[in-house]
Amino acid sequence: MKVIIPSPLLSYTNQQKEVDAIGGTVSELLEDLNRSYPGIRFRMIDEQDAIRPHMKIFVNGEQVFGLDTTLKSADEVHILQALSGG
Amino acid sequence: MPKEEYSAVDRSNNPKPNKGVTNLKQVPTTKASSKAQSKTAPKSVALLVATKKGGFILTSDSKRRTWTTKGPLYLGNNVHHMMLDPRDGKTMLMAAKTGHLGPTVFRSANQGKTWKEASKPPAFPKAPEGEKGRVVDHVFWLTPGHVSEPKVWYAGTSPQALFRSEDSGDTWEPVSGFNDHSMLMTWTGGDQSGTPDGPKLHSIIVDPRDANHLYIGMSGGGVFESKDKGATWIPLNAGSRADFFPDPYPEFGQDPHCVRLHPLAPDILYQQNHCGIYRIDRSAKGAENQWVRIGEKMPKSVGDIGFPMVLHPRDPNTCWVFPMDGTQVWPRTSPGGKPAAYVTRNGGKSWQRQDNGLPQEQAWMTVFRQAMTADSQNSVGLYFGTTCGEIWASINEGEKWNCIARHLPHVYAVEAVEL
Repeated sequence: MKVIIPSPLLSYTNQQKEVDAIGGTVSELLEDLNRSYPGIRFRMIDEQDAIRPHMKIFVNGEQVFGLDTTLKSADEVHILQALSGG
Repeated sequence: MPKEEYSAVDRSNNPKPNKGVTNLKQVPTTKASSKAQSKTAPKSVALLVATKKGGFILTSDSKRRTWTTKGPLYLGNNVHHMMLDPRDGKTMLMAAKTGHLGPTVFRSANQGKTWKEASKPPAFPKAPEGEKGRVVDHVFWLTPGHVSEPKVWYAGTSPQALFRSEDSGDTWEPVSGFNDHSMLMTWTGGDQSGTPDGPKLHSIIVDPRDANHLYIGMSGGGVFESKDKGATWIPLNAGSRADFFPDPYPEFGQDPHCVRLHPLAPDILYQQNHCGIYRIDRSAKGAENQWVRIGEKMPKSVGDIGFPMVLHPRDPNTCWVFPMDGTQVWPRTSPGGKPAAYVTRNGGKSWQRQDNGLPQEQAWMTVFRQAMTADSQNSVGLYFGTTCGEIWASINEGEKWNCIARHLPHVYAVEAVEL
């Protein structure tokens, strides 16, 4: 499925703003992303599997809060850095 | 990226210790060591400058009179510390995070020419289901390991935790003897307690005589010691004050800002604490666990509060501090808006002000605990960075200061290496 990457993480994806990844859940999708782009997961998900405070994940335009959210192959995932600060 | 090759300053954890040198009477004096040093051709110095917005490297000519600024490295990252490995002269680590992204460590295997992210940055283990796990906010302090363990590094984090790498910083594991200690939250007051910028584990020191012997400092928490490579820990705070507690001399809970061990006299440690300047001599029979406040000889109008502690690389009697205003609401600025370093050359019995070349008024500098350092040249060069982005240097042990860089971001740390 299509994954939109925010600018702070483009250094991991060779500056690609859209990449493809697979997974039946957000967690699996992030693991797949991490296989393709090592290190990218830990920058947005902490070691307790929580989404970091200033990162947001949207699936088809709806924000999700847990990594166990299920995904379908046609879904579109947006990873965003939150508006936090001036 | 810099193209120069760097070598280490000899005040690291890895000098060849002078066996049997355990107290001030047995160590070489500055004068004697100066003669030995004078036979060595002067080298250029490089400063590894960690800032709130990236890393920078300042390089000097052989006389340390002209400086060139290179960078930024990883612009936009909060870089808390940059260190060169003195054992190989090549490996460089950088502790970084951004406002949005999680913490990491960047590595260079070629003196900073190219960089790569650690494949497994410091992180706590995943907590069992239903339990709240700890989360690393940022890596704060980096220390190369003992000379006998050439690829070992230690990292201190916020919140307070200790991590160890055995592959030159590529992968990191928690030091469970510390991080899982049943008393840790009691020592620190919990992960929400600590400095305004977050609680810190800092001042990781490896005894140059013994890879198993470690010291750490915690803000807050105090100074702790391990003699078994981190498996067990005991507090080392007797004699140091904690004015912010009902009991001003607790067993732990103090706020050491910076602790340094002298590489040529490894039983001598100095500490700039939230509540004064201290020295300890671990070879002193009956007083080996007792810090002695040596800051009481500082001028009362200046006080003995500050963040950095800098040792002379060859003379264990000599060290420098950079006082901050610790009165009332703790402005953490130069007292009276008149910045100065203070030096003692007799182990703290007396102090001399060193402000020649620094602004004489309306200069409200803040210098963080990692932001002042020394090189090992003759005479010793001193360097400090301010939160307003200035780097100041003295090539004559503090007798005269010059500003060598302005308009950098907020400086967190300055480390000197020699070319």
